Amino acid sequence: MYDIKALYEAESVPHAVQLLVEHPEAQIIAGGSDVLVQIREGKRAGKELVSIYGLDELRGVSCEEDGALRIGSLTSFSHIARAPLIQEHIKVLGEAVDMVGGPQIRNIGTIGGNTCNGVTSADSASTLFAWDAIVEITGPEGVRRMPIQAFYIKAGQVNLRPGELQTAIIIPKAAYEGYKGHYIKYAMRNAMDIATIGCSVNVKLSADKQTMEDVRIAYGVAGPIPMRAVHAEERAKGRPVAGEEVRAAARAVLEDIHPRDSWRAAKDFREHIAVVLAERGLREAIRLSGGEIHA
Amino acid sequence: MYVGKNVTRVDAYDKVTGRTKYTDDLCDRGAYVAQVLHATIPSGRVVSMDVSAAEAIPGVIRVFTCFDLKEKHYFPTAGHPWSTDVSHQDVADRLVLTERVRFYGDDIAAVVAEDEVAAAQALRAIKVEYEEYPFVLDVQEAMKDGAPQLHEEYPNNILKHTSIRKGNYEEAIKEPGLIKVEGWYDTPTVQHCHIENFICTAEMTGDRIKIVSSTQIPHIVRRVVGQALGLPWGKIQVIKPYIGGGFGNKQDVLYEPLCAWLCMQLGGHLIKIDIPREDTFVSNRVRHAIRSHIISWVRPDGTYAARKLEAFSDQGAYASHGHSIAAKGMGCFPQLYPCDNVEADAYTVFTNKPVAGAMRGYGIPQAMWAVECHTEDVCARLGLDPIEFRRKNLMPVGFTDPFSKNELYSDTFNQCMDKGMEVTDYLRKYKEYQNQTGDVRRGIGMAVFWYNTAVWPISLETSSCRMVLNQDGSLQVQLGETEIGQGADTAYTQMTADIVGVPLDAVHVVSCQDTDVTPFGTGAYASRQTYTAGFSIRQTGALLKERILKYAHQLTRMPPYNLDIVEGNIVRITDGRVLMTLGELATEALYSLTDSQHITAESTAQIKSNAYSFGCTFAEVEVDIPLCKVKLLDIVNVHDAGTIINPALAEAQVHGGMSMGIGYGLSEKLMFDPRTGRALNNNLLDYKLSTFMDHPRLRAYFVENPEPTSAFGTKALGEPPTCSVAPAIRNAIYHATGVAVDEAPVNPHILFRRFREEGLI
Repeated sequence: MYDIKALYEAESVPHAVQLLVEHPEAQIIAGGSDVLVQIREGKRAGKELVSIYGLDELRGVSCEEDGALRIGSLTSFSHIARAPLIQEHIKVLGEAVDMVGGPQIRNIGTIGGNTCNGVTSADSASTLFAWDAIVEITGPEGVRRMPIQAFYIKAGQVNLRPGELQTAIIIPKAAYEGYKGHYIKYAMRNAMDIATIGCSVNVKLSADKQTMEDVRIAYGVAGPIPMRAVHAEERAKGRPVAGEEVRAAARAVLEDIHPRDSWRAAKDFREHIAVVLAERGLREAIRLSGGEIHA
Repeated sequence: MYVGKNVTRVDAYDKVTGRTKYTDDLCDRGAYVAQVLHATIPSGRVVSMDVSAAEAIPGVIRVFTCFDLKEKHYFPTAGHPWSTDVSHQDVADRLVLTERVRFYGDDIAAVVAEDEVAAAQALRAIKVEYEEYPFVLDVQEAMKDGAPQLHEEYPNNILKHTSIRKGNYEEAIKEPGLIKVEGWYDTPTVQHCHIENFICTAEMTGDRIKIVSSTQIPHIVRRVVGQALGLPWGKIQVIKPYIGGGFGNKQDVLYEPLCAWLCMQLGGHLIKIDIPREDTFVSNRVRHAIRSHIISWVRPDGTYAARKLEAFSDQGAYASHGHSIAAKGMGCFPQLYPCDNVEADAYTVFTNKPVAGAMRGYGIPQAMWAVECHTEDVCARLGLDPIEFRRKNLMPVGFTDPFSKNELYSDTFNQCMDKGMEVTDYLRKYKEYQNQTGDVRRGIGMAVFWYNTAVWPISLETSSCRMVLNQDGSLQVQLGETEIGQGADTAYTQMTADIVGVPLDAVHVVSCQDTDVTPFGTGAYASRQTYTAGFSIRQTGALLKERILKYAHQLTRMPPYNLDIVEGNIVRITDGRVLMTLGELATEALYSLTDSQHITAESTAQIKSNAYSFGCTFAEVEVDIPLCKVKLLDIVNVHDAGTIINPALAEAQVHGGMSMGIGYGLSEKLMFDPRTGRALNNNLLDYKLSTFMDHPRLRAYFVENPEPTSAFGTKALGEPPTCSVAPAIRNAIYHATGVAVDEAPVNPHILFRRFREEGLI
């Protein structure tokens, strides 16, 4: 039994916007795997809810005319993990969302909910950061798009104005073409857990596989919101595919990250693991790209 | 014969189809819901409470605070048999609601409402004013002079201190050439995490209270509720339906007294208390965290000259099972590796933390962590082979404990270790994994365990059984021993079928205990029920059979000693002829116009024996040093639990215990905020109970040496599987990395610290 004041079910995206405008205090609920837990904890108890879960137009993975991949915000983790377009172009995103919770959570949980929660540990978020994802938002003034970095404002807060809902996540073709990536979720157990730290790395190698033309490294739980390790990326870009270069780039993440010291994990521990994950992620991304690391 | 066979669980189909009824299923929808308000300070006193806003919430019936408790009946909670000797009675230190707060989570008020939403809203609306006292969370800090006191009658917070003195330790350590090995070993606070949270209901008819509870110990609950309410015990009826696990948490009386008290305050209206998962970590019971200090004086030939143990057991805020846990752990110290000169001291100490009670293994997982980590440290220090050292020093065949009279009748340890070595390819791997380098290393390790089966001679052991013959030759069997998911009913069915001589499906063990009708028994605890119930089943079965054969004699004129019951038939043993079916006999007996009899039997067996139950764990790990992570590759438990009644159920029992041991060794730890005493991770996300994704295939093996003291040759298997898992994993990690970790769980946080200390990362 949940302490819910009222539940409004949206029948279309415009209807959802209308309901949100009419009920400015209302909380959007999609799969409910976070919102219902928060209600039970008393945090959102007694609130109005606008359910968008019935909006099938927000489900599915498709390819836009310019080659961008469009993931409807209500697409479940298990759906994304099995989607052929994801398997073909950003396999790592499917792998990352397949590490969320357990099978039941992955069936009900959505990528939109995962990102709108604004938490740093979301398994999808670091990979979306690493792939330069664009967030599509629909509201009373129409549709607007922004890079995912701009979507996250601070812990628990995302860039949604009154009456707005997230409707899609888009990966531009330029962001994925020629890239291979790897995500490592570091958690205290192998299922039903939240990342202690998560690292998503992708790389684009030169045609001869000898140079790292582009490297993108993103983290979850390395700060209050997901982040890119820009110093480390700069350290790696244009460098030869070599063990020393990989290690140097991995060490450089310490210039970027600022994890918390908490009872869940100590700062020095998270920093140590972050470096190890960057190195391993980069090595695996290079291997997936057909590169070979010497020494 | 059915004993020894893999018969299907008697409740299997009902459980998988959802037909078994649990406490909540039995609760009428008109029940009021009660929720408990827990203190948010670690120590102090409730000065006042404002419940006006809470009581104004629609659907709230009433709020009861600690100040509403006019008659204060302090009661004990431990699920121990009562002792008529006052000096052996459990400490009575609980009230249903308390003004004096002794831990963050203590019970200070209760809301009764029409539904759980109103109750939760009311809980949030209560305003509490406290007077705060200083508090102490660490067991050794709590013992210091001047430390904050939890209970006035226990100076230095020491609930109890007991000792063992054998030989002369101080003289023995003067022997020239001895090598001293010393260590401190820590175990964490963990929780049982049974699937069904604690739940109970209470309702009155006339002046009697009917309680339905998810408990392991219905007859004990009856007594304690009587004590807590100041009522005659016979006014209390306790019903135990199917329950979703207990592991010892439900071997305590939890919220039954409060539920019954609330029911009485509201004119006997049906009340339900359904404890949320978060509260089970804090306001039910936990396993005692025990810090052990061991010093061994070892001769160069690998024998012990003298040994010393100090154990500090964290009781939390109230006595519950108290010192029994630490005492049991200490008790095995001079036995497992016998030594002529031993000094051992165990202290059970109050701290401002959640209350520790019984949990699967009852002090032995803690003791085995200390002793078996230490054994490995001794071997490492002296360069001795861990298996050979154990063969040389473990309890020898024929060893008899003078107190319990337990005897080791068979070469159990060697047989179990041999089996474990064989199935893990131990010798090859032990050699192969020596002196590895690189980031990822493998290791294999093992640990043994000591256990005993029941509680004699520390406490009463009694089991009562009733058998009733139906018209068709089938039987009802009732016992005070409870089915809590372990398969007890199935084992009793097998035993009864064999003893009476009827087919398995002719036996119906009544699963539900109802203290108004079920024969007296103290319930599921220790690892006693298959052992203890075995005696009363055998005795009562023989009695029933005697009565049946006496009646058969009347009907057949054959002397009873020439008759037997075989698979539900009355058989003349001289020629094997079937004279009649048991059903024909039973129908005649009930409806006879000349001699109508309802053939039944009932008896009590008092058990004045106990039995050792030993075994070991072998674990193989892969340690990723830079990631500070352990992957468990293989794990094997080998048990000598005597005759196995049902191999499939026994294997399942071992699997469950191994899983619990894996969590204990690698991931589970309830943490507390040092500034407030608040539990930090009292939920199943932050408390790292292992999942099956964290397990390799769990492997269980049995060495069957029938136990001579036992009615069916059987002995403990409920708790033993948990006892040696954690130290075996730790020893495997030690083998892989050369790093000894003395604090459980060996999680990445502690490996990070230890690998840094040892220069591996």
